Amino acid sequence: MRTVYLDHQSATPLLPEAFEAMRPYFTEYYGNASSLHQHGLRVREALKKARQQQAALVGAESDEEIFFTSDGTESANLAVKGVAYANERKGKHLVVSATEHPSVMNSVEFLEKQGWTCTRVPVNAEGFIQLDALRKAITPQTVLVAVHHVNHDIGSIQPIHDVGAVCAAAGIPLYVDCEASAGWLPIDVRAMGASLVSFSPHRFYGPKGVGVLYRHRRARLVSILHGGVQEGGRRAGTENIPAIVGAGVAAEVAARELSSRSAHVARLQTRLWDGLLAKVPFIKLNGPLPGPGRAPNNINISTEFIEGEGQLLLCDLHGIAVASGSSCVSKSLKISHVLAAIGLDHALAQGNLILTLGKDNTEADVDYVVETFAKIVGKLRGMSPMWDEFERGVIDSVIAPRGVGRSFSEHAAAVSGKPAH
Amino acid sequence: MSDTYTLYNSTVMDHFMNPRNMGDLKDADGVGEVGAAACGDIMKISLKIREGRIEDARFKTFGCGSAIASSSMATELIKGRTIEEAMSFSNQEVVNALGGLPPVKIHCSVLAEEALKAALEDYVKRHPEAVAKPESVPA
Ligand code: FES
Repeated sequence: MRTVYLDHQSATPLLPEAFEAMRPYFTEYYGNASSLHQHGLRVREALKKARQQQAALVGAESDEEIFFTSDGTESANLAVKGVAYANERKGKHLVVSATEHPSVMNSVEFLEKQGWTCTRVPVNAEGFIQLDALRKAITPQTVLVAVHHVNHDIGSIQPIHDVGAVCAAAGIPLYVDCEASAGWLPIDVRAMGASLVSFSPHRFYGPKGVGVLYRHRRARLVSILHGGVQEGGRRAGTENIPAIVGAGVAAEVAARELSSRSAHVARLQTRLWDGLLAKVPFIKLNGPLPGPGRAPNNINISTEFIEGEGQLLLCDLHGIAVASGSSCVSKSLKISHVLAAIGLDHALAQGNLILTLGKDNTEADVDYVVETFAKIVGKLRGMSPMWDEFERGVIDSVIAPRGVGRSFSEHAAAVSGKPAH
Repeated sequence: MSDTYTLYNSTVMDHFMNPRNMGDLKDADGVGEVGAAACGDIMKISLKIREGRIEDARFKTFGCGSAIASSSMATELIKGRTIEEAMSFSNQEVVNALGGLPPVKIHCSVLAEEALKAALEDYVKRHPEAVAKPESVPA
């Protein structure tokens, strides 16, 4: 059976050269960067080089602006809470887009319980932040604006330079989550006007266990992990040197191969969406069309009349690894908040699948996925009462309404006695 | 296949991949369709009932793997039972027969119980005489 990995948003295979570079730091160069002897000084050198490699990937002025954390979640927590606490006396208001990653959203919710307030700026149906609403959301008490570069679910590329200009005009620090863009789209932290930027090398063929946080030298940030004075006192804890070294190599290769990798996945992205659209009736692309508004590696679809977990499981049984934002997949039984924020009908959110391409995927992979997925959809629709009811005219399609029958949501509410989400 | 990992145990996976009694029943005597308030999924069970016993059962499910497996197992379990026995059917029986479900997926088996009971109610509505107590039946 062919195996096709289409979940590069979750993890990517480590580059062999990164693995090789990491190897001696497990067994030979095991020193702690805080130690003052040869063993410590040697890894300090490695740490400095790794900072330079990350700085180069995102156009930071100096490697001193690069901090290493354990992953993207920690970076987001540090960025949101660290800036909020550092500016507490100035004000206790935060502004975020409605479609930030859960690590940002949940950090904000944590602060709200401690007396901060937050304005969530709406996005349009394609997931783009509404700049007017952003401008209006900023108050004299605002101490941080957080807007992602590329949406982790639907791939929308935010007008981040415009967002940066709004923040610069208001004098508010901007935190840009680049977790879904770093390594795939060019990033220039200075042109973005960002005070903080986070990204994770495991999204671009580096190891897990390390996250990167860029902090402009004038941005105020307090530590949220207390201990030693690692990372300029802003992130206590022994550095994960092997991962940091591997991440440096991954960043260097990503910078070098960025345009060819992006062009490759963009070609596959178009082939994938065109293929699915041709082979699967009643399917919808969530987020912008492939092109300048969408990350080149992301396809987010909703297939009507069937649920996402079943699709995911059957894909997996056919060797295809994908993700889903359906409520059945989430431990909280809620649909992805991104799909809710773009106003997607609940029935379509339930049928959601997220496919993220990588540099090693091929056209043959994509063709196999299209062909296999069409069969999976047929099988699940054959089991679905909704498909049957659609065919009998009891319910209507959301994607291509025929004007016959009630909506899925009305139907679901009628049979469950409760409105769907 | 020994190095294949599965989200659910092998019984659940089997019922998900090879569901039993999937489909509709022509001339069903009772049909129940219910939705899960928790996640928004929908399950439908159709019954063929003869002489107070469930002769045949079919399901259709818009839902997760565990919901599909639960409906498959529930229809297997209830075939041959009397209406009275089926009325006291509980989702726990489905969970046990499936060898357990993850805690967050228990509600999918509840959906199967509810769909079955809705189908029985539908039958009783159509055939009130079927559940009339013997003593209340005029001699
Ligand atoms: S039916 Fe939605 S979680 Fe099982």
